[in-house]
Amino acid sequence: MNSRKMLLSLLAPASAIIFALIVASIALLAVGRNPIDAFSSMWDFAATTTSVASIINRAIPLYIAAVAVAVGFQMGLFNIGVEGQYLLAALFAGWVGGNIGLWQPLHIAVVILVAVLVGAIWAGIAGFLKITRGVHEVISTIMLNFIAFSVIAYLLSNWFRDDPTSLNLKTRTFPESGQIPDLNWLFTMFGFNEPGGIALQGFLFVAIGIGIFYYLLVKRTRFGFELRASGMNPGAARLSGVAPKRMVLTTMMISGGVAGMVGLSTMFGNMHSYTQDFPRNFGFTGIAVALLGRNSAVGMALGALLFGFMERSALILDLEDTPKEVVQIMQGVVVLAVVVAYEVVNRMIERREVKAAADATRSTDVNGVGEEVSA
Amino acid sequence: MTGRLDDSNTRLPDSAEFEPDVDAKPSLLESRALRYTALALAGILLLSIVQAIAGTTELTSSGTWAAAIRLGIPIMLAGLGGLFSERSGVVNIGLEGMMVAGTWFGAWAGWDLGPWYGVAFGIMGGAIFGLIHAIATVTFAVDHIVSGVAINILAAGAMRFLSVVVYSPESGGGATQSPRIQSQIGTFDVPLISDALNWVEDRAIFFISDVAGLLAGFTTKMSWLTLVALLIIPATWWLLWRTAWGLRLRSCGENPYAAESLGVRVLRMKYYAVVISGALAGLGGAYLVVVQAGIYREGMTAGRGFIGLAALIFGNWYPFGVAAGASVFGYADALSLRQGEAVHALLLVAAIALAIMTVWALTRGKVTAAIIQGVAAAFFLGWYLMTDSVPTQVVAALPYLVTLLVLSLATQRLRMPAADGLRYRKGEAI
Repeated sequence: MNSRKMLLSLLAPASAIIFALIVASIALLAVGRNPIDAFSSMWDFAATTTSVASIINRAIPLYIAAVAVAVGFQMGLFNIGVEGQYLLAALFAGWVGGNIGLWQPLHIAVVILVAVLVGAIWAGIAGFLKITRGVHEVISTIMLNFIAFSVIAYLLSNWFRDDPTSLNLKTRTFPESGQIPDLNWLFTMFGFNEPGGIALQGFLFVAIGIGIFYYLLVKRTRFGFELRASGMNPGAARLSGVAPKRMVLTTMMISGGVAGMVGLSTMFGNMHSYTQDFPRNFGFTGIAVALLGRNSAVGMALGALLFGFMERSALILDLEDTPKEVVQIMQGVVVLAVVVAYEVVNRMIERREVKAAADATRSTDVNGVGEEVSA
Repeated sequence: MTGRLDDSNTRLPDSAEFEPDVDAKPSLLESRALRYTALALAGILLLSIVQAIAGTTELTSSGTWAAAIRLGIPIMLAGLGGLFSERSGVVNIGLEGMMVAGTWFGAWAGWDLGPWYGVAFGIMGGAIFGLIHAIATVTFAVDHIVSGVAINILAAGAMRFLSVVVYSPESGGGATQSPRIQSQIGTFDVPLISDALNWVEDRAIFFISDVAGLLAGFTTKMSWLTLVALLIIPATWWLLWRTAWGLRLRSCGENPYAAESLGVRVLRMKYYAVVISGALAGLGGAYLVVVQAGIYREGMTAGRGFIGLAALIFGNWYPFGVAAGASVFGYADALSLRQGEAVHALLLVAAIALAIMTVWALTRGKVTAAIIQGVAAAFFLGWYLMTDSVPTQVVAALPYLVTLLVLSLATQRLRMPAADGLRYRKGEAI
């Protein structure tokens, strides 16, 4: 990729963000708030170590969800079911984690394994239905989301409940060995203030590991090559020996396995159990982050941090009597604008290449063949 | 490929599953209509038998049918929206978001101005998001599913913002709901027929009363908006299959480059289709608010836009098929409202239906299928006999389970428009 092309591909997210800021400004003006003033107070609020820790904490699940979606995107599969997969996985992980007591690393590993398996199996249903019955994965994963919500409600109130006498529906709280300590020492190590009241979640390292795993899987393995080949040209991939059905099932299950870990940062970091009000919507926002980051391991990390920043900094707006929901509009607009912008930039690059190729043929042409080409 | 531009009679016979019009063959039309009526009656007969065994009337009471119609309409409208869009070659996953916009604007205008204004504004709200989808997919050739997903996120966020700004300060309103809509759209009974049917239903005659219950559901206390919605089905059929405009629109979904070469303005047709699609989904949303709930609540669409897409697939991309699919899902939805005993009886329905399928598979020599279906039949029968009720959570999941089940059984024989979901850029024919 030459530098000019790189500049063009940075142009897409940048213009999308600017466009989103414009739309948000209009919304802010409509409710009688000075946008510049609002944005600057958001920025000031976010520029503290407490906010940075909170932004990263918010970014972790979004990033993992985005990676889960991106695995499918690589071969043109849309896993819209990350939401159901991670919630169901978190329920099982919470139930298992609360009921075992093991050596700490083993305990954590078991909980992660359970989450991965549950996510993979739940997503595997959609993969199975696609290859055996031809059900489109978009519809099946959406239906499986709703079914998952019901399964969770049923299991939580009947089987996985910690204390039947308590009104609070939750699984048993993790023992000490099932908790991951926070990373606030990272701040003091580099000479910053320690975040107040917020603990930077230790699951951050796992999230980074997932990113590296994703990068290596897609770019450095035979499977990743077949994955991308199936996405770009399914016919050619099949002719070169890639079994399409097996690819669909495997990809769906990897995607679901990654999705299973979305809820774990919260689980290990602060909730230590699955409760009725376990955080939701990471799955859907994760799709947005994957689109924003264009399925690139680093791009999605930046996208997740951007979304984390928006959500955290919006908190100050509520204190200033401005609806913080304006960031939801921003998130929606960013996603839509970014896909449009990528398309426009792609066309610009394409046109440039066509033009370059045409120029090249014309200049090397001595026998007059080029006239036919350009005609 | 040019054959695609001709009307339906050049298609393979089995792709015309729900095609109600097969040119110049009225006898076939009759037999097909007869076949589906017979199938529907057989279904009701099965329900009647089960009711007699289980001792309930909830499966076929006029109340259940009326609820099924009410709940099926928004799904059907979303499905018809999807039909317009996909027949022109644009996949519309954003139906859900467009429906959400319909609920919000429907509630806003319904509360502020009156229910019919709510309907009009709901349509408009959906159409606006349809237009956004059209701009992204048609003008900028963005992947259709990506754009649809983005529309859903955008619509949810924008409606939340609007709720906070508009509804929060009002009494009864809040960040996630509107104040209650005071006035309602009127209802009507079909004179004489409604009374007669209700009288027959009350006599509780095996099967006869059940059919009367179904017909009574269509003729008693029907909202005017329901009637309008039902009329949209034949109107859609007429528009898409009996006018030149409809032929052009469908040609864009089958082979846009061939259409282009014959002078069809493909981009413009796709714009029309996607905006109409949004408008219909918006109408579905407005229906939810104005007729059903009388209030806007966040998340009230509960995936009905997606179920509408499922109805579209189930209906093989034909209007009457969409209506049939929507009624199956509407019925499942209605039973899930009736709670415990009706759904419990449904276990027996599933067991009997699977047993019949087992026998059928055996007579055709399909042993593996017969074994699987037999085991499933035994499972449902066992579940029915061992329990007295079904957990409420299973009941809540019923429409989604049915959707998944129906799609797994049905998708094998379906044919979607040939260029559905493919990106089209003007003048790029290969």
